[in-house]
Amino acid sequence: MKEQEFRYEAKGHALVIHLPKELDHHNCRDLKVETDLLLAENYVKKIVFDFSKTVFMDSSGIGVLLNRYKQMERSGGKVAICGAGPQVQRVLNIGGIGKLVCRYDSMEAAMAE
Amino acid sequence: MDMTGEARQPMTGGGKLEEVEKHMEREILRMEVESRSSNEEFARVAVAVFMSRLDPTMEEIDDVKTAVSEAVTNAVIHGYQGKDGIIYIQVAIEGQLLSVEIRDLGVGIRDVEKAMEPMYTTDTTGERSGMGFSFMEAFMDEVQVRSTPGQGTCVMMKKRIGR
Repeated sequence: MKEQEFRYEAKGHALVIHLPKELDHHNCRDLKVETDLLLAENYVKKIVFDFSKTVFMDSSGIGVLLNRYKQMERSGGKVAICGAGPQVQRVLNIGGIGKLVCRYDSMEAAMAE
Repeated sequence: MDMTGEARQPMTGGGKLEEVEKHMEREILRMEVESRSSNEEFARVAVAVFMSRLDPTMEEIDDVKTAVSEAVTNAVIHGYQGKDGIIYIQVAIEGQLLSVEIRDLGVGIRDVEKAMEPMYTTDTTGERSGMGFSFMEAFMDEVQVRSTPGQGTCVMMKKRIGR
């Protein structure tokens, strides 16, 4: 996996999005188009964002999460995140995203629910 | 890309005077980068490297990187609206005080107060959270924005390192 690319993985009815090392406006540009396409073509009940490779995120990441949350809420689905490091955790907290998405320590825990 | 580093060394002398002058020492980094989204990462990393001489914690570095990323992203998306332009970045260190200035000669902001409201965004795709200025304020001690429609925007941020 290239460090600055998104990687998508289907696990049952869950869409796992492995996020890049740096999650900013530059790296978020293609995410909307790509996920819209995946959501249109597949039956997805849950999106799991995997932050385990991510060391930096700014408010662009919050925008991405919020928009996916709105999309999933409309179809009765869920958004979960896992593997967030300290910088990502702080940005998530300040961005007020804590109440909207479920946070898990590991991918296994995120997939189990 | 043009980078100039400037360090003004105090005159060396003895005793107390040197202490005072050392305290006033000011180091400046000036950068000009093209307004491209790929320069967002470059800008925040360059500022992080420059501030490392203040011996900051990881958290302080992350705070400043996030704030710089927000301001540069604003210049790219809103200031220059994705078109060509130059973003001027100046970082100054004085004692333990870090000052960062990010300036563009883009379209400017008509209502700065409104633009700084949390969740306010002019974006219509839904992908932008409208939290850029809120993040700058959360991660820095002080944020000031000066803007003139048609002339550009200057974001000035300050943070004391090592408390």
